[in-house]
Amino acid sequence: MSTLARLLLDPGGALLAMFQGEPGQHHILHPAGPQASNIEWLYWVIFWIVFVAFVLTILGFARAAARSRTPAHEMVPVIKDTSEADRRSTWAVGSAVLVTVLALFAVLVMSMITGKKVEGLTSKQPITIQVTGHQWWWEVTYPDPQADQTVTTANEIHVPVGKPVVILTNSADVIHSFWPPSINGKRDLIPGIGSAFWIQVDQPGVYHGQCAEFCGLQHAHMGFSIVAEHDDAFQAWKAQQLKPAKEPTDPEAVHGREVFLTHACIMCHTVRGTDAGSRVGPDLTHLASRAMLAAETLPNTRGAMAGWIVDPQRVKPGNQMPPNPLQPDDLQALITYLQTLQ
Amino acid sequence: MAISEPIVIPQTGEQDRLSRTWAEPRGFWGWFTNVHHTAIGVRFMVTSFIFFLLGGVLAALMRLQLARPENNVLGPDAYNQIFTVHGSTMIFLFAVPMMFQGFGVYLVPLVCGTRNIAFPRLNAFSYYIYVVGGGLLWVGLFLKIGADAGWFAYVPLSGPQFTPGKRSDIWAQMITFTEVSALGVAVCIATTILRYRAPGMTLNRMPIILWEKLTIALMVIFAMPAVMVDSSMLLMDRTINTQFFNPSVGGDALLYQHLFWFFGHPEVYIIFLPGTAIISTLVPAFSRRHIFGYLAIVSAVVATGFLGFGVWVHHMFATGIPQISDSFFTAASLMIVVPTATQFYCWMATIWHGRLQLRLPMLWAFGFFFEFLIGGLSGVMLASVPVDWQVHDTFFIVAHFHYVLIGGALFPMFAGLYYWIPKITGRMMNDLLGKVHFWLFLIGFNMTFFTMHFLGLRGMPRRVYTYLPEMHWGTLNAIATAGVAFMTAAVIVFLVNFFQSRKTGELAGPNPWAAGTLEWGTSSPPPPYNFAEIPTVNGREAVWDAEPDQPVVVGVRDDVPEVLVTHSMDSEPQYREELPGHSIWPFLTAIAVSIAFIWSIFSPWGITYGAIPVVITLIGWLWPRGSSPTPRLAERPREATWSR
Amino acid sequence: MRGYIPSVLLAAGLLILAGCKREAREFRPSPPASQVINTVQVSGINPGANPVGAPPAPNYYEESAYAVSQGKTLFQQYNCVGCHANGGGGIGPPLMDNNWIYGAEPGNIYATILQGRPNGMPSFRNRIPEYQVWEIVAYVRSLSGLLPKDVAPSRSDQLYVKPPEQSMPKQTPTGVTGTTETQP
Repeated sequence: MSTLARLLLDPGGALLAMFQGEPGQHHILHPAGPQASNIEWLYWVIFWIVFVAFVLTILGFARAAARSRTPAHEMVPVIKDTSEADRRSTWAVGSAVLVTVLALFAVLVMSMITGKKVEGLTSKQPITIQVTGHQWWWEVTYPDPQADQTVTTANEIHVPVGKPVVILTNSADVIHSFWPPSINGKRDLIPGIGSAFWIQVDQPGVYHGQCAEFCGLQHAHMGFSIVAEHDDAFQAWKAQQLKPAKEPTDPEAVHGREVFLTHACIMCHTVRGTDAGSRVGPDLTHLASRAMLAAETLPNTRGAMAGWIVDPQRVKPGNQMPPNPLQPDDLQALITYLQTLQ
Repeated sequence: MAISEPIVIPQTGEQDRLSRTWAEPRGFWGWFTNVHHTAIGVRFMVTSFIFFLLGGVLAALMRLQLARPENNVLGPDAYNQIFTVHGSTMIFLFAVPMMFQGFGVYLVPLVCGTRNIAFPRLNAFSYYIYVVGGGLLWVGLFLKIGADAGWFAYVPLSGPQFTPGKRSDIWAQMITFTEVSALGVAVCIATTILRYRAPGMTLNRMPIILWEKLTIALMVIFAMPAVMVDSSMLLMDRTINTQFFNPSVGGDALLYQHLFWFFGHPEVYIIFLPGTAIISTLVPAFSRRHIFGYLAIVSAVVATGFLGFGVWVHHMFATGIPQISDSFFTAASLMIVVPTATQFYCWMATIWHGRLQLRLPMLWAFGFFFEFLIGGLSGVMLASVPVDWQVHDTFFIVAHFHYVLIGGALFPMFAGLYYWIPKITGRMMNDLLGKVHFWLFLIGFNMTFFTMHFLGLRGMPRRVYTYLPEMHWGTLNAIATAGVAFMTAAVIVFLVNFFQSRKTGELAGPNPWAAGTLEWGTSSPPPPYNFAEIPTVNGREAVWDAEPDQPVVVGVRDDVPEVLVTHSMDSEPQYREELPGHSIWPFLTAIAVSIAFIWSIFSPWGITYGAIPVVITLIGWLWPRGSSPTPRLAERPREATWSR
Repeated sequence: MRGYIPSVLLAAGLLILAGCKREAREFRPSPPASQVINTVQVSGINPGANPVGAPPAPNYYEESAYAVSQGKTLFQQYNCVGCHANGGGGIGPPLMDNNWIYGAEPGNIYATILQGRPNGMPSFRNRIPEYQVWEIVAYVRSLSGLLPKDVAPSRSDQLYVKPPEQSMPKQTPTGVTGTTETQP
């Protein structure tokens, strides 16, 4: 139902929904890892300090106004001698400034401690993931010293639960920013400047993230997800991703592969196990294993995929993928084929 | 003090001569020759207010687009242009020109007790340059070729490869125009404050607004060159193939950010400190006493000016800088809270031990206390690096800076407008409409921007033209959009009030608020020569502290535009200076400079060939006037006094 | 108030002269229906006295800086650089000089990309959408300075290998087209 209807018919529920997130999904105050937890703790501490300061200051102004109020439209003479009042004020203001300095110092110390904890997550044997920002998708690689053990995928990052993961950031074009709110803060992906960004997820689940540095026309639709699973599931996923594309057996899927290889698709996409090897767009070898399409914009279903392939400019105007007017039979076959790419 | 009939001050022969000497030029072309500060100040204020309204319309469009998920009011290209031009307009074309240039140019000479601003032609030139720069940006938007890389236009997105065409070049040159304008006004204001103050207005007796304008002028002089260099480097990368920001050959995308924020952070203090100065002027006036903690407040203003240059990296915490930088800039960013907190406590103490008159400007001041406090305290949260890592570039930041900018500058601006418009126009504004304006605006503002804190915490990044329904951000966005209706109504009420009271408002008289600073010692509106007699000053609130027989200055000529130059520390009279009169050369030079700058967007030869008309107009401007003929033998110096 | 008008008009006038076509950004341009590109003249020999005129090319692509910059991006992404380098040529002929083997008009270049040519130029029919072919055509023409300076792309954020297209001196085409001077 529309937001307005919800607000009017169920204000309590609507308000509650406003302040709660979907637990664990993409809310700064619903952490799923140690770093976001530390930051959440720091957030609340500073919030309460600041809240108390706010209340005291507002009460101070209210009291000041109440006790010294005189009628607004009368001619009130100027107070000539304020020395006594100023003497008392000096003590009051001086103490207030001192308390302020101490409070700020406390905030500083806690920030530094939390910063060290968050940055201090490290490991000798991390899972290493290379994330390269493109306009407007995420290239995700799991590098390995052995080249044929390197996993390449896009937009969906799998990590094992409870293990430190280091994300090596880079960008292929403009500045992007990698931000999974429930897991950690953000790190900018700056072309020419790589960095190492550590994360750890402690609860299994799917955590959404978004690009957080304005990067052009489709910055709004540049999401990614982190799928945290237990180690065996993670290893199974990784092993599956290493395999080349399954040979299609269904005749429609075979026809679909032919459509893929004879149209514009191969100009930009890779499907390992076929001739398609272009690195311009996301790697599609295991497209069907991903939950969403187009950088977390569309669900990975037949209908959405059809709409995306035929007219990506409708969904993400300005993105790099051109429209592909296909014959309906070809389109259906292509989608059948793509859905076999588990 | 209500006045129902104009006060007729019998013209002495001297005032007759002064009227003739300082007469405002008439006619269509006369408008372009005016160099008197009150005229130019009003122009800055009116033009910047128009840009405020235009920027507000853009904001309303943005909120309409974001009211529902996957809305289609604006496509991505239009939305990107709109938020870029909204931010650029509000910061470069409204906030600085209104808070610093508008209020400063109008008030500073009056508060100093002198007849005109220093370098009056440079002042006029700065206005014309500002208008062209603003027009450049907006014409771009109307033609749908507006800048679209954000108001800070990070490279590589705004660079040659990723923004084709001239969009970022238009933005970069708009920066150049507005920064030249600000620099010009900064020079004028700093000189006026340091050398044109009335005798007796020692540094220790200078109203806080003059301390603040002096600090701002110096901040402008040190900060603006950084952004001019930055935008010029961007322009050069785009037009003449330099490699400043090309990472492949050794350039650096972060260099752009450092240079930009080295300017950008002082810029927001350049916007905020004038707000505090307005409050520091209103609080004593409406508490009927001298402000408490003059020394502390002045120190706080100056300290903020210095510290403002030391915190810029807090805009870059997410870029992967080393931990020691994080700690240093967190400490600096927390430290800069202390001067502002000191000012808050001093204001509170002044009201506490004063006699508060909650008149309309003071109501807005209380609005400032409330709103800026929220913004400043959310700033304390942001100074902490780990929290900033989470909320940077989200709607939490949007909420924060709107609270500090609207709370810290717009509320004081409205307070200042209600306070000083009677001085400028001679008529009071309607009190009831002013209160309606206040409450509508307060409600709408909090509806729109408080909800954005929650949106940021819930993961919504900035500068997104839409969002997916699955994110569940729709309700909060709808509430935020609803607040726009209240704010729009509020501003309309203000405009109605303004136009109506110009015709039928109660006559103000010289000092409707019974306030203490020098601008209230002359009529409303002030005559073109500002003061019939150049005053002397006996205390921090010149009008309140004047003796019954406070002397005035005699001997400054009234047949040529002349001002008294005093010593910068103790304000002892030193000599008289003849100022240039009205002149067309500032306008012509502004045209020549505009041609050069705009041409250079399209071709680097624009600077080379465009320099020729600039040189010609500068020659005309700087052509020596010769000194005026020796004055008539002076009248007998007479005992002259000036009282409230 | 009336003083503001001249200033704004001044700025407006200067910008209008600059033209807004340069900044147009179509995300789904509708290219003309498939050209009958068999009529493109690709050699100096033609029946009759008059050479066949080049087919009309859509104007948008050569007037929009966005389209030309997209063409530059596609030139890299579709690996035209593999044979033509950044215009200097290698396996394929250079594109930044004034010699156009199969014609310099946009229609000719469009036909070349779509049909392929002997000695190694592949046909990209059905591989590259038509509007993208026109974007690449516009970019290829900018390589030898044939596009106006404010439309041609500026330097890219890559290694500097040659002056960017906006700084290339104009190389008047020779070689074969229907509308320019023919040479053997």
